[in-house]
Amino acid sequence: MKRWLFQGWKTLAAGWLVSLIAWICIATTAQAQDLTIEITRGSDQAIPIAVVPFEFSGQGGLPQDVAQIVSDDLEHSGQFSPLSRSALISLPSSSQDVFYDDWKRVDARYLVVGKVEPQGDQYRIQYELMDIAGSKRMLGETLTSSDGNLRASAHYISDQIFEAITGIRGAFSTRIAYVAASGTGDNARYALYVADADGHNGQQILSSDDPILSPAWSPDGQKLAYVSFESGNSAIYVQNAATGERLRLTSFPGINGAPAWSPDGRKLAMSLSKDGQPEIYVMDLASRQLTRLTNNRAIETEPAWSPDGQSLIFTSDRSGAPQIYRMSAGGGQAERITFTGSYNSNGRFSPDGKAVFMVTRDDSGYHVAKQDLDTGRVTVLTDTQWDESPSVAPNGTMVIFATQQGSQGVLGAVSSDGRASFRLPSPQGDVREPAWSPFLD
Amino acid sequence: MQFKTYAKTLAVALSLAVVAGCSSSGGTQEGNMDGTAGTTSGQGMTTGQGTSGAEMGEQMPSVNTIYFAFDSEEIRPEFESVLDGHAQYLMANPNTNVTLEGYADERGTREYNLGLGERRAQAVEQYLTVQGVSPSQISIVSYGEERPAVEGHTEEAYAKNRRVVFSY
Repeated sequence: MKRWLFQGWKTLAAGWLVSLIAWICIATTAQAQDLTIEITRGSDQAIPIAVVPFEFSGQGGLPQDVAQIVSDDLEHSGQFSPLSRSALISLPSSSQDVFYDDWKRVDARYLVVGKVEPQGDQYRIQYELMDIAGSKRMLGETLTSSDGNLRASAHYISDQIFEAITGIRGAFSTRIAYVAASGTGDNARYALYVADADGHNGQQILSSDDPILSPAWSPDGQKLAYVSFESGNSAIYVQNAATGERLRLTSFPGINGAPAWSPDGRKLAMSLSKDGQPEIYVMDLASRQLTRLTNNRAIETEPAWSPDGQSLIFTSDRSGAPQIYRMSAGGGQAERITFTGSYNSNGRFSPDGKAVFMVTRDDSGYHVAKQDLDTGRVTVLTDTQWDESPSVAPNGTMVIFATQQGSQGVLGAVSSDGRASFRLPSPQGDVREPAWSPFLD
Repeated sequence: MQFKTYAKTLAVALSLAVVAGCSSSGGTQEGNMDGTAGTTSGQGMTTGQGTSGAEMGEQMPSVNTIYFAFDSEEIRPEFESVLDGHAQYLMANPNTNVTLEGYADERGTREYNLGLGERRAQAVEQYLTVQGVSPSQISIVSYGEERPAVEGHTEEAYAKNRRVVFSY
């Protein structure tokens, strides 16, 4: 015990020294990358909606087709099926120009119209949403945007439309982090990117010759914890996504892996093998004090917090194969929760805490599955073969994951009911280890 | 001892700050990736491509990678001679340290595979210490499925990626 305490102080002191020196800005070289969404499966229950191109009253064209971005967002959610532009019967730009009886002959339940006016070096965007069957205007708003913010404004509009119709908060203005990898052997390069939820505007925030994995967003959306091998062994780092400032949080002998933020942002759960084999620990971030939660001659890793912060799930092969277990965040007995199939790992809670998304193996490979925690019912959501690293959108409607397309690592996304899916291939190299940010305002 | 820890920490932190873009450099080399293992022998006495008995302990063994079965950290008999060669070498050179790099194939989740790679390296460490190698000469790094020796989704690729590499 005494020895442990001594070791603890030594580690703590070393940790502070690292903090002092390592809080040095990382040069965030402006490496940009766009991932482009390809729809792989559309939902048969998607709501038909007409999104009319927004009228532009300025010179030339708009640098971004705002209505198209809105239409794409809604389609990617799997809950909407936008009409093609050729199917639009007219091109109104305000609700005053809409003749509902005409639109009732079109197979669309909702209609979105809008206009964009230049105002100095800014744009004034006005949009409206209408319920065609009810012949009424549901929503209308005017906002100001600039060249660099047009995509963000479009995602904001998508969020408002999505929520007005489904009652669920939109997650189009959120971001994703992912790891890009290229080259092999001595030429291998790894980079951590942060991009818009639709894959656009990817910015590199870290690059390395050594592997990077397991990025995890802090609940305030400001920071990313991740694992990097740049010091010659796995170590957990915390980096501010905007400024690049970072610190090395743990670098114990053995594995330093699987960081997961508590919902209040004050603690980080992780897997450390410093005492022999990977065990689940929780670190209090203010004091850097570690609490060990598991004690088992097995691999225990991939912790995730329940949304209420009261419990953790994690992967353990204590039964002989990886399965998911649940325990109190304070420690104690762990209860096995997965019993379907011989391989279940990397569990992630739905935002309402009622389901767990995970990687499950069956005869056809590794897939993303959802388990209802009340009934125990398991639904396999994907039909791709090499799925891993599921990460749930903050509104619970989609899950992003890593998969393979041919020999290339790509990101995939599937709606939480499995009805709709799309993928985000990279223009070059592999992309993997996606992490969906929380809501960002 | 304590000073050494601080010095090491300081050195790592400084190198972090200095390297342009704060990207890391280097990392350990995997050395020769000799795809084939020694010949199979139930006795575990085969020399295979390892070092012959007479030379044992004098020269660094030429084979520095051993392979594992799926989901297993068991040392296969055909690799015992390779491990014996490294054990002799390390015992004859007590100032030489080795890092055992543990790897897994790509199947399954990355963090869990870190655990599998570590188990394999620990199995090799245990074998070496039973032979008499000092634990202080051995350190372990698990890369899991990262840095595969061979790309691809075939059984052959997987078999070459489930490995422990001796890195001197």
